[in-house]
Amino acid sequence: MPTDSKADGFVVFDHVQKSYDGDTLVVKDLNLNIGKGEFLTMLGPSGSGKTTCLMMLAGFETATHGEILLDGKPINNIAPHKRGIGMVFQNYALFPHMTVAENLAFPLEVRKMGKSVREEKVQRALDMVQMGSFGGRRPAQLSGGQQQRIALARALVFEPELVLMDEPLGALDKQLREHMQFEIKRIADNLGITVVYVTHDQTEALTMSDRVAVFDDGRIQQLAPPDQLYEKPENSFVAQFIGENNTLEGVVESIKDGTALVKLDNGELIDTVPVNVSAAGERTKVSIRPERVEYNKERLQEGAHTLKAEVLEFIYMGDIFRTRLRVAGNEDFVVKTRNAPDQVRLKPGETIEIGWLPEDCRALDA
Amino acid sequence: MALPTYATTGQKIWHYSYLTLCGLIFFFLIAPIIVIIPLSFNAEDFFTFTPKMLALDPEGYSLKHYRDFFTNPNWQQALVNSVKIAPVATLLSVSLGTLAAVGLSQSHVPFRRAIMAVLISPMIVPLIISAAGMYFFYSRIGLQGTYFGVVLAHAVLGVPFVIITVTATLVGFDRSLTRAAANMGADPVTTFFRVQMPLILPGVISGGLFAFITSFDEVVVVLFVGSAGQKTLPWQMFTGLREQISPTILAVATLLVVISICLLTVVELLRRRSERLRGMSPT
Repeated sequence: MPTDSKADGFVVFDHVQKSYDGDTLVVKDLNLNIGKGEFLTMLGPSGSGKTTCLMMLAGFETATHGEILLDGKPINNIAPHKRGIGMVFQNYALFPHMTVAENLAFPLEVRKMGKSVREEKVQRALDMVQMGSFGGRRPAQLSGGQQQRIALARALVFEPELVLMDEPLGALDKQLREHMQFEIKRIADNLGITVVYVTHDQTEALTMSDRVAVFDDGRIQQLAPPDQLYEKPENSFVAQFIGENNTLEGVVESIKDGTALVKLDNGELIDTVPVNVSAAGERTKVSIRPERVEYNKERLQEGAHTLKAEVLEFIYMGDIFRTRLRVAGNEDFVVKTRNAPDQVRLKPGETIEIGWLPEDCRALDA
Repeated sequence: MALPTYATTGQKIWHYSYLTLCGLIFFFLIAPIIVIIPLSFNAEDFFTFTPKMLALDPEGYSLKHYRDFFTNPNWQQALVNSVKIAPVATLLSVSLGTLAAVGLSQSHVPFRRAIMAVLISPMIVPLIISAAGMYFFYSRIGLQGTYFGVVLAHAVLGVPFVIITVTATLVGFDRSLTRAAANMGADPVTTFFRVQMPLILPGVISGGLFAFITSFDEVVVVLFVGSAGQKTLPWQMFTGLREQISPTILAVATLLVVISICLLTVVELLRRRSERLRGMSPT
């Protein structure tokens, strides 16, 4: 599904820049190809430019420089109401003076569809989000989750090929949010629509997307499917932003045969995968995921690299144990282990030996 | 508002003098208006209560002044003129004022504050100044003494009310609603009439009512800009007071008070409706 040749892109950002004040760039040279039927998430902290990108695609902001193409056609000079893109807004933006059915019929009415066609489509869209019997209610009579479903149905009812979602689940509680994540994903897959989804919630991005574009400082830091993004972050920002991450700082001693030998600040030497370090002598941040670290000797895999660690805190979280350790001078080194029957429960103050595979250990920019 | 049990003597004194003061203010505001109502039913041609009226004798009361108002051709012509001028002026104020408020609420409009100040100035500038200014200006361009001139002048006086009330309603208006409408394929005009207008309608209507009452009650500008052909009710009342002191004025005043109360009730009901609607909006 991911495409990289420009001709295949359903939505293409071509060297797009955006500045609000003519001085600082909010979006810096954005290049992005989104394939037809793809679920792409723009993920990033607030102020990273992701919402601006979405607004440019919807037509509510104009690009200062560069071109945006939809299905091969440049859309920079097309008014928002002629783009035919569906959108779910952060606050749902349901029309309070109309009933649910009237809200849904609105995009069909402005397209001058007949009454019977309209009613049929509205009912189908309501059924799709399991709100079939709510057509006569007003938005204020619905709960947050129900309003969210109606907003989704309204964005889909006129059958757009591209749907934009601007943090649509931000206002819902955790349980409902998780439920809606699966539901949105299911509906998007069933309809085969292209979705561009903006969020600052990395779990949401990982669970829903085909590909995730991690934004920071107006640039895409990494564009990859969720597993690659999590397991193979390409720079320290992505490693830190996606999931939990342990960082050990050091200097590259040597790079050969796809392995970088890193001398940690306390003098210890470890083997790592060089990601964006190129020469000996460079400072680096080594990243290891908390669940890839093992302290149970019987589970330690062949070829694992071991280090001494002191237990500072052991937290029982039900399904997992979360242990905070002091490793090579870092006091925030976290290890997550599954609560298995034979798992060791550590106590603060213990000195243990931890280990990981060199391929799970990535040397990133400092 | 009851005093708490721990109130000190000083607080009690303050509390009661406060209530007395409020009562007095209320009395001075209301009494002159209330008093004209029974007086308008006076059987005699006086502006004072007769002994018979005070004795609540039915013979002391009559509807003769109301009869006079509805049969006298001068009053009837004035009524017709007012009814011809006020609604058209209101329509103009509402259309222009609403558009101005919507436009000026958008952040990208340059010199918004300056434009707003100019549009609202008729409310602040002493009426006599506006009236004199309009008189000279309208004379030049041939509008002085015409029906359209009076309508235009009253529309100018009504616009500030519409701008202020509509701007206030727009503060609570969720911009993402217009974006959502555009996104669903509605052009800006459709969006305005289908989405924005219904939600700001209470503001538009209350602005319109104020504009209507302004035009209906206005005497200074119409004296300058109008001619005998545009003699409105307030103008007729004014000349009536100067030339023949007839209690018919009291009957007219009572009718105007009743109309104003009805209109203000409508405003209040609309305000409640809009509050309910805004409480309903999902933001």
